[in-house]
Amino acid sequence: MTTPGSLVDRHVRFVHALRAAGLPVSPAEGLDAARALMVVDLSDRETLREAYAATLVKRPAHRPGFDTLFDLWFPPVISGGAEATAVGENAELPELRERLAELLMGDPADPAFREFARAMVGRFGQVQAAPGRQSWFSFPVLRALSPETLVARMLTVMLDERGGLPEKVARRHISRTTEAFTEAVAADVRRRIAEESGVEKIARSVVRPPIDQVDFLRATKEELARLRREVYPLARRLATRLTIRHKHGRRGRLDFRRTVRASLPTGGVPLTTHMRPPRPHRPELVVLCDASDSVSTFSHFTLLLTFALREQFTKVRAFAFVDEVDEITRLFAPGADVLDAIGRLTKETDIVRFGRTSYGRVFERFAERFPDAVGPRTSLLILGDARSNYQAPALGALKRLAGQARHAYWLNPEPMAHWDTGDSLATSYGSVVPMRECRNVAQLAAFVETLA
Amino acid sequence: MWFASPDVVRERLEAAGYLADDGTAMSVFLAGALGKPLLAEGPAGVGKTQLAKAVAEATGARLIRLQCYEGLDEARALYEWNYKKQLLRIQADDGAWDDIFSEEFLLERPLLKAIRSEEPTVLLIDETDKADVEVEGLLLELLSDYQVTIPELGTITAARRPYVVLTSNATRELSEALKRRCLYLHIGYPTPERERDILLARIPGLPASIADQLARTVATLRALELKKSPSIAETVDWAHTLLALGRTELDEALIGETLGVVLKHNSDQVRAAKELGLPSRS
Repeated sequence: MTTPGSLVDRHVRFVHALRAAGLPVSPAEGLDAARALMVVDLSDRETLREAYAATLVKRPAHRPGFDTLFDLWFPPVISGGAEATAVGENAELPELRERLAELLMGDPADPAFREFARAMVGRFGQVQAAPGRQSWFSFPVLRALSPETLVARMLTVMLDERGGLPEKVARRHISRTTEAFTEAVAADVRRRIAEESGVEKIARSVVRPPIDQVDFLRATKEELARLRREVYPLARRLATRLTIRHKHGRRGRLDFRRTVRASLPTGGVPLTTHMRPPRPHRPELVVLCDASDSVSTFSHFTLLLTFALREQFTKVRAFAFVDEVDEITRLFAPGADVLDAIGRLTKETDIVRFGRTSYGRVFERFAERFPDAVGPRTSLLILGDARSNYQAPALGALKRLAGQARHAYWLNPEPMAHWDTGDSLATSYGSVVPMRECRNVAQLAAFVETLA
Repeated sequence: MWFASPDVVRERLEAAGYLADDGTAMSVFLAGALGKPLLAEGPAGVGKTQLAKAVAEATGARLIRLQCYEGLDEARALYEWNYKKQLLRIQADDGAWDDIFSEEFLLERPLLKAIRSEEPTVLLIDETDKADVEVEGLLLELLSDYQVTIPELGTITAARRPYVVLTSNATRELSEALKRRCLYLHIGYPTPERERDILLARIPGLPASIADQLARTVATLRALELKKSPSIAETVDWAHTLLALGRTELDEALIGETLGVVLKHNSDQVRAAKELGLPSRS
């Protein structure tokens, strides 16, 4: 190391940026990383990345954020050097698209792949942001090259005949490489912006929160897919934790018979006592969920989770509503395909009358149509944003429902700051049924733990 | 020193039948170079335990394995006094009260054995997440200072630092204290290219074209939203199945018939059959 000062400085600032992005990096781990830098070959960038990752990133959810920041702090190239040599500067657009198709059919780990992405950002990515100011964007790059329109051509090259499984497999490959290309373009755009306006400034805005912190109501389509994939691992983790707690929590009552039997060898003195195994506390759960578009992502995810956790409850019944309420339990029968169930939710049930959410009407209709659903052993769980389109709240009906149930909870996916704005009835409903903010998976997991 | 560089790691693991990617090679190298335990986490069947075995084989070290399970305690993980022998000794000689807590009466369990081993040792603590939270506390002293304290004997420091690999299926979050002391390696599902190489390395005699098709098909299956995605171990099983059936071409009918090897939930099979357009099983 010829200039130890600059490397140490960069290391410290990088660790700071990781912390700012929400990675819990302790000083001890920072030291470990520094020690790792002493034993690895610093001339190879990927080596450096893996050395940092092994010592600092202890949760898979943090890895994407780490990679983004690493690319900013330790950029693969610096602008102004010998760039765009591999790809002709004056190549025509059709030629470039031909090259892109070739790359998309190959292996995305190929260095030529990223090189091409960088060259394309250099060529198409610069946009006049304001008079006299240039900035970099990925959109014009993707628009110029439009990889989506290449799919048909690539499929013809890759397959002898279209259709069936081979096409699915080929499409999967193309979508994976296209995603990698989009990401490579975005990474290079970030690098160029960082070069112009400073790393720290952009670092603050580029890192997406880890998946368990993603806001339900703001999740992108791919984040939703990732969230759904998290359901089963999450349910398994929660179930393990709940079982552990039940085991450690309470001891059962004295088992008189076994204790007396055990006391015989000691002349009737009960030296060891035997307890009955504790009776597992398994509540019945009734979920009443708002299925209108504004909160459906949240409702769907929570429904998936409750049904993945069904072993923790004696019985789970679910009802969905918009301005009419219907039972949806049968869609989630054991072994049924849950994604399918979500899809059938709006088609096969009778939950929409005029299509505008009306909580008041729903509570009244629920009590009327399913009078036996909520009993003294039931935990009632209401999912929704409490936005009732300025219609009558029917607090009385809700009060009766909550009174019949053993516990009642309301999960609201809106941030607490937005409660009571506009047509939200959060406080009125919250005074009857305790309302909790539930914006992301972390909050939901914390709630489920208190529930079962 | 266990390994000279990450490239050496990759070569030697490959000789031991384990194909490591960049991240794995780096973590394995750093764990040896920094003398820190390596925590490998990931879904079941991606080769976490296999990694520890490969490290042992590649370095010619002895593998000591501690399998964790619910209810694992100090007596079975660390050490135990040989009570029977102690009783006999006291009965034989009344003045023996002082020397019944000595080496002679100590029963070594995996952790103590790894610490006291004079030869190079790889200590594999398997499925750490299955053990109770208290066991993590027990591991902390061992993993940070490579020493254990036995009240009657004092502190025993490692004669030679073992290479420690912990594995976890992430059924529960391990404590921050434990994670902080370890290097972390997340082993996920491999890319199709790497899975193909794994198949070819694990099953000699498998035609490359089938390996390629299998790897891509499994990657497609993993992209579906399934209850349980197929693991590498299941892909390997699948390849074995096809080999046993003597088929050299993977077509839709064959996939449909043998889907049970990789997907173990009925709803997953139905879903895969529907999404991939396979002939449905009657």
